[in-house]
Amino acid sequence: VPITYTSNEQIEVYRFSLPAAIIIPLLALAIQAFVPRWLPFFNIVDLPFLVVVFFALARRSQVAGLLTGSAIGLLQDSLTNYPLGLYGISNTVVGYGASSLGVKLDVENAGSRFLVTLFFYVVHEFIYFLIARGLVRLDLHWSWWHELGSALANALVAVALFAFLDRFKQRA
Amino acid sequence: MENLITRYRNVTILVVVLFAQVLGLAIQVKRTSENESTRLIRVWTNDAISPLEKGTVLLHMSVRDLWNNYVNLRGVRQENKQLREQIQQLRIEQARLNEDATQAHRLQSLLGFKEQYISRTVAAQVIGTSGSEQSRSVYIDKGSRDGLKQDMAVITGDGVVGKVLRVFSGTSQVLLIDDQTSGVGAILEKSRLQGVLRGTANGDVVLEKVMSDEPVQPGDRVLTSGGDQIFPKGLPVGTVTRVSPGAELFYKIDVKPSADLGRLEEVLVVTEVEDRAPSVADSGPPMRAADILAARLPTVPDKPATDPAKPGTNAPTAAATPSTSPAPSHVAGTTSAPGAPTPSLSTTHAAGTTSAPGPQNSAGNNPAYPTAQLKSSGNPNPPKPVKPAGTQTDLSTTSSVPKPPKTATSQPETAMPSPEEAQPTPAQEQGPPQ
Repeated sequence: VPITYTSNEQIEVYRFSLPAAIIIPLLALAIQAFVPRWLPFFNIVDLPFLVVVFFALARRSQVAGLLTGSAIGLLQDSLTNYPLGLYGISNTVVGYGASSLGVKLDVENAGSRFLVTLFFYVVHEFIYFLIARGLVRLDLHWSWWHELGSALANALVAVALFAFLDRFKQRA
Repeated sequence: MENLITRYRNVTILVVVLFAQVLGLAIQVKRTSENESTRLIRVWTNDAISPLEKGTVLLHMSVRDLWNNYVNLRGVRQENKQLREQIQQLRIEQARLNEDATQAHRLQSLLGFKEQYISRTVAAQVIGTSGSEQSRSVYIDKGSRDGLKQDMAVITGDGVVGKVLRVFSGTSQVLLIDDQTSGVGAILEKSRLQGVLRGTANGDVVLEKVMSDEPVQPGDRVLTSGGDQIFPKGLPVGTVTRVSPGAELFYKIDVKPSADLGRLEEVLVVTEVEDRAPSVADSGPPMRAADILAARLPTVPDKPATDPAKPGTNAPTAAATPSTSPAPSHVAGTTSAPGAPTPSLSTTHAAGTTSAPGPQNSAGNNPAYPTAQLKSSGNPNPPKPVKPAGTQTDLSTTSSVPKPPKTATSQPETAMPSPEEAQPTPAQEQGPPQ
């Protein structure tokens, strides 16, 4: 799997137009809220999370990554019936982590994207689980099989989704 | 120090953002009431997303309607036939249930009970979900503009769905009964044991706080108890699937919800519930002692009103004779008001009583049945049959009922019993024909 350590000179930093930066997260939220009505199993896919990872990897800026993660996470929280911050905090950490990794690794190919998404999905779920149990006192159960299955599904979707979203990237 | 912050600028921002969110979360958790401080962001997100969802649902509905109503009409004739047969069966069932309900109303009014009636509902379309595995809530396309308020019950024809959690101008968020933060006051239909219905982390529904006084079997139905002041009493909630001993003296009961919560499309929001005592007038006029006595005394029968010029007119005339007794109308399952003409009396009675193992009075008679006999015998000279407009409709409706059991088929069309028949023979006094 071609995850290679790259020098800073080889790293390309991308930016997105304002409409794309607004519409893509909103569309991801809308699809995430709408599709499970018809396909309940679609709930295991977390499109807002994938968008956070994509923006963070493409921009390669830690501040932009954490702010994007925070904003998308809070919007995702606002659709649920739980307090705001559960997705907000976990996506903030994911945005920061993914952008930090994007600076150091070549994440332009499908294999590295698959592995990065797989790793950060587990991180995301673990942080969510900790906050939900510790702060909100939700009765959640951690199942490795379920989380790994979900991580695998999200990583597969990420490969296709990132290839599509690459079209909106503009070289900075 | 400044140099340190500049050096670790990104980490500092991360810590600040995380701290702010954790603080905000802690404040929200601490507050027990609806948190208005987070309402703004919820409204924004909803306003941004719901038009897209509404548009997609509208498009889908239009395409589906177009397909169902104009293109795909195969099997409609067969389905129509089946539905007609089903209607006939339901009419008979309705007659039986009406009789039971009438009896129950009468008793409740005597005891001064008050019942909850769902007097107004708003139909709504489910347009989206929360998009989260943990949060089990859906969004509907009706909001405060349509009169919806927080904590209104949401139901379907199958059973309870949830309650309105947040109301926006054009949409509302509904908390489903399988969410772990929801709670529904429930009662087991057979044993009348009460408990609290809750969702679990993995989306199952359990009935908790049920005392293990009496045995509970899988398959028992669970209804709303009305104790939560949200759901009216008696709505179906689900069916018991598994019973296991819980903490202390309580059962832990797994329940399968009646409504398919995973595939909700249309729901009803209960916007108005009325508390009222069922009136005795609903269940028919009170019988006077003189009427009862008259029924038990022999009377002089009238001459049969046969017209030689029109053979066979007797039966239809009798059948169409309007009676002022309101009692049989509910037995027949019609919706005519008390005092409205009620044709084809005995046919409808036969349909109602033969299938109804309803309560009987001390004489062994079904309470609703002798009312008709009393009326016909108490008024041996009924008024001339003047068919109201609705009478013919009712007649035709009644005649389309499938062949009732023997007692009814023995006298087809001769709906109103003749005075001779109205005489309570000893056999009749023992009870209605079985």
